[in-house]
Amino acid sequence: MAKVDHSVPLEYSTEENDLKIFGFWVFLGAEIMLFGTLFAAYFTLVDRTGSGPTGAEMFEITPVLAETFILLTSSFTIGLAVHAMRLGSKKATLSFMGVTLALGLAFLGYEIFEFVHYVHIGAGITVSAFTSSLLTTLGTHGLHVTVGFFWGLFIMIQIAKRGINSATANKAFIFSLYWHFLDVVWIFIFSFIYLKGMM
Amino acid sequence: MEFFERFMIPHPSFLIYVSMVLIVLVSVALVAVITYFKLWGYLWREWITTVDHKKIGIMYLLMALLMLFRGGVDAIMLRYQLSMPENTFLDAQHYNEVFTTHGVVMILFMAMPFITFFFNYLVPLQIGARDVAFPRLNNLSFWLFFMGAMLFNLSFVVGGSPDAGWTSYFPLADNEFSTSVGTNYYMIAIQIAGIGTLMTGINFITTIMKMRAPGMTLFKMPMFTWSALIANLIIVFAFPVLTVALAMGTMDRLFDTKFFAIGNGGMDMLWANLFWVWGHPEVYILILPAFGIFSEVISTFARRNLYGYKSMVWSMIVISVFAFTVWTHHFFTMGQGAFTNSIFSITTMAIAVPTGVKIFNWLFTLYKGKIEFTTPMLYAVHFIPLFTLGGVTGVMLAMSAADYQYHNTMFLVAHFHNVIIPGVVYAMLAGFTFYWPKMFGFMLNEKIGKATVWVMSTGFLLAFMPMYITGLDGQARRMYTYSESTGFSTLNMVSFVGAGIMAVSFIMLVWNIWYSFKNSPRNIGSDPWDARGLEWATHTPIPAYNFAITPDVTDSTSEAFWDMKKKGTQIFKGEIKKIHMPNYSGVPFIMSCGFFLLGFSLIFSMWIPAIVGLIVILAGMAHRSFEKDHGYYIPEEDVKATEKQYEKRGAK
Amino acid sequence: MKVNFKGTLLASIVFGTLLLGGCDSLLVLDPKGPQAEVQANDTMMLIFMMSGIVLAVFAMLIFMLVKYRASKQSPDYEPPHIHGHWLVETICIGIPIIIVIFLGVRSIGSNYLVESAPDAYKEEEPLVIYASSSDWKWHFSYPEQGIETVNYLYIPANRNIEFKLYSYGPITSFWIPQLGGQKYAMADMVTTLHLAADEVGEYWGRNANFAGAGTAEQTFDVTALTQDEFDEWVDEVKDTAEPLTEQKFEELLEPGHLGRSTYTGTHLEFSPAPEHNHGSSDSDTMDHENMDMENMNHENMDQNEHGDHQDTEHEDHSSH
Repeated sequence: MAKVDHSVPLEYSTEENDLKIFGFWVFLGAEIMLFGTLFAAYFTLVDRTGSGPTGAEMFEITPVLAETFILLTSSFTIGLAVHAMRLGSKKATLSFMGVTLALGLAFLGYEIFEFVHYVHIGAGITVSAFTSSLLTTLGTHGLHVTVGFFWGLFIMIQIAKRGINSATANKAFIFSLYWHFLDVVWIFIFSFIYLKGMM
Repeated sequence: MEFFERFMIPHPSFLIYVSMVLIVLVSVALVAVITYFKLWGYLWREWITTVDHKKIGIMYLLMALLMLFRGGVDAIMLRYQLSMPENTFLDAQHYNEVFTTHGVVMILFMAMPFITFFFNYLVPLQIGARDVAFPRLNNLSFWLFFMGAMLFNLSFVVGGSPDAGWTSYFPLADNEFSTSVGTNYYMIAIQIAGIGTLMTGINFITTIMKMRAPGMTLFKMPMFTWSALIANLIIVFAFPVLTVALAMGTMDRLFDTKFFAIGNGGMDMLWANLFWVWGHPEVYILILPAFGIFSEVISTFARRNLYGYKSMVWSMIVISVFAFTVWTHHFFTMGQGAFTNSIFSITTMAIAVPTGVKIFNWLFTLYKGKIEFTTPMLYAVHFIPLFTLGGVTGVMLAMSAADYQYHNTMFLVAHFHNVIIPGVVYAMLAGFTFYWPKMFGFMLNEKIGKATVWVMSTGFLLAFMPMYITGLDGQARRMYTYSESTGFSTLNMVSFVGAGIMAVSFIMLVWNIWYSFKNSPRNIGSDPWDARGLEWATHTPIPAYNFAITPDVTDSTSEAFWDMKKKGTQIFKGEIKKIHMPNYSGVPFIMSCGFFLLGFSLIFSMWIPAIVGLIVILAGMAHRSFEKDHGYYIPEEDVKATEKQYEKRGAK
Repeated sequence: MKVNFKGTLLASIVFGTLLLGGCDSLLVLDPKGPQAEVQANDTMMLIFMMSGIVLAVFAMLIFMLVKYRASKQSPDYEPPHIHGHWLVETICIGIPIIIVIFLGVRSIGSNYLVESAPDAYKEEEPLVIYASSSDWKWHFSYPEQGIETVNYLYIPANRNIEFKLYSYGPITSFWIPQLGGQKYAMADMVTTLHLAADEVGEYWGRNANFAGAGTAEQTFDVTALTQDEFDEWVDEVKDTAEPLTEQKFEELLEPGHLGRSTYTGTHLEFSPAPEHNHGSSDSDTMDHENMDMENMNHENMDQNEHGDHQDTEHEDHSSH
């Protein structure tokens, strides 16, 4: 094992950990550009509905509010998980991570239901530039949540088996950054795609 | 039979059959040689699985030279086709395929790996690090790039090459107008290579920000490292845009989405915008490291410190910001109106200011110097006037009203070759010659090297100056033929002769490697050029751990090695200790093969193998998540023994 | 080394004279219309100014290389360590900034000139021609005259022409070098290009933007006539040409190359131009969507007005 520095939180304690966290921030910079581009394309195409439906005709507030509530809560619980991890409580860490992932799964369920609904009302991805761009943006976010779900699951298994050490703490912390980021992206989706679209 | 028909070339010709046979023969020969000499194990252990930044760098270099050859052959074919009016060497379809692949190969699969080679090889040495921040990721970056490049080149013989230009504008690139799978290759191969490049960007930003030697503040970094940092920042901010654009293009072609389609709200100009929001910064991703290399070379052979270090750095930062604010100048003629064009016209011209600052700083670096005309310096000396010429024609193109007449003409073609060849290619070759002894322990022959530069510049001038003239005379780019009455023929013939001379210079370069390998002395020490940067402060060939003792540059300037030689500044303080090193791994290579399978299957819409490829990739990621890999230590005694060997060799 | 410097200098002089000497005969620098003239003047100004910059850099480089090369200095000469000097760097930044400001102002002026109808012929109503491309042809519709041509263009000289550009397929670029620079023709919006010819004569035009296998041959001839000759030609077409039916137009759109042909009536009646409209001189805005809707309406109205005019005008001519 590499040198462990006890003056900083466990997830930062080795040079390797420090690099990984920094590198992940840079990666999130790239992710911001990725979603930024998707948003820019969406705003360019939002009125280009062709013969398909508009956002106002498609969106319903109830499932969207539910998705938002679920994801915001999961962001809170992953925060609690990291807090528990810093306190060294393996059981609490695992419980909060479990809740987070369960909420993530619920979110995905809702989103799949929403997509099926869109296809059902004639707003599939091939209908117009607007639906292509809407479903790609939502889908990219959904794909990120899916990847995050499995990633989180793997980290939970590792914490369960190996306990909280500098390696697993580092992974869990980075995962929490990722999860918060997805939440921020969702807030943008909620405000600028759904709310603006419904107005 | 029906299954195999999709892999047929839609527009076969004699030339393509010849290259098919050649590709098969070369592949068989390669496999035979490797098997005969029992090199498979060696290749796997020492190269395919390597995480050593120096070896990964050399693999990038090999790829770059290989692709320079392929892109060069394309170029000769293009120029030959246009050398005579109504030439029938290539038909329209083939000409279109050749200029498309020429552009993609030269920019993405030649210039990009060439600069990535320098990132890999030089950055850790210049900042006194053992390796990059994420060595394993670095290996994955290379193999993703490699698989993307191979996939793209495969299009030539399996299924048909892309034929919509390297810019691949929609709706031309959509299924209706580009019916072969060629454009699928374009979308997916570049996507895979692009992911690799993005990872390189993240890796090197982290490396440079976090792993600099003690005492090396940002403003004490060698100039190449500065250029690498800024170029990689641009990579991280620009490549995701390309990722999205390519994904949208892929979906339009494979899944019938309507992003860039005609009708149903699709918007063809969106592709052009996204492409150039990435595409223009991409130009600076290439040119900034080139500036970095020239800065190193010029200060070394003027035997002087770089003039105006701080203004050099700031000018690069300003360029990188402006890089994102000029993309519309690629389509002034799209009808955005006078107001929008005026804004982008001015931002574009404004880039000339920081670029001019750099040119002047290089000139002032020569002032009161003691200039030695070595081969790398000769490239730099040719670069300054030729690049200035390319730069000022860029200012001409930036005048949007006048650009209405230059757009889509040979004038534009002349301009961007005039910046990319003397700018990027000369820098790469200068750096290649400059760092060759550090990599391989012998010098390239100076006589052949200098002759190469002169031949190359002659060829360059003959090839591209006529294009400025024919462009102003109305010769549009990307046209496979023209009639006698246009009067373009003489100048196009001159251009072809120039291209031929440039090809000769490439052969001279290869010949020089062979000749020097045979004849050059091997006892050149570790500092054959009397150089200045930290990268020269270690042995030749460089040991796996780079520096036995981590250098400390607290008392030095940005030219730590020079200070050590001239002022006796200590940079190696302390004692030799055990050294932590990363483990080699085959997983990135296997994952990249998964990417290749996934990409190839998507290109031909074969869903089952695509899923298999995806599973391989996901399995690789899962494996990485569970893996416990914290590297290993080289024991103190081993380091000391290695260092002693070097000392002995140096004493001889 | 000295020979080589001379060689470089010689080569650059040769190329310089070649470039400048050949200027008169180059199409772009031989303008026959006010727009092309703006662009040619800008180009000549740029060539001289840029040559000056290149020569200055050449001179500095050659001075440095000759004066400070190692072979001229004593072996034990140690070049000094020189940091930047504020004055030198201010000059290095200042001069380019002055040049950029000068060019920027000039650029803005030229932009507004080439994006609006030329002043010289402003007193007369411009002739509106819809130029649309299909693989790999050009269709020219004269809505006021009610005629349409393929692959050739007759225009009255000394009168502003307002081209409305769009495409039935890939992006193309409409270009008549001697009359003025290019503008894109795209599938989902109309762009506007203002041109005029100062002289009666023959010019050529082409699609300059790569649009697939047949692009090289996607050219057309332009003939500038006097207004009277133009009117005669219109009358002749109306008497002799076949009407353009929807079915015939569909045939014309098939990918391939065609010679010239002429029709009465335009395809605009059954296959109107796209709705979005960009780049006419009165809609210079970054955020176009809403503006365009309004423009589109104006557009249709204009077209109707022109349509009404057309008949009366025509009667006037025939009564002469």
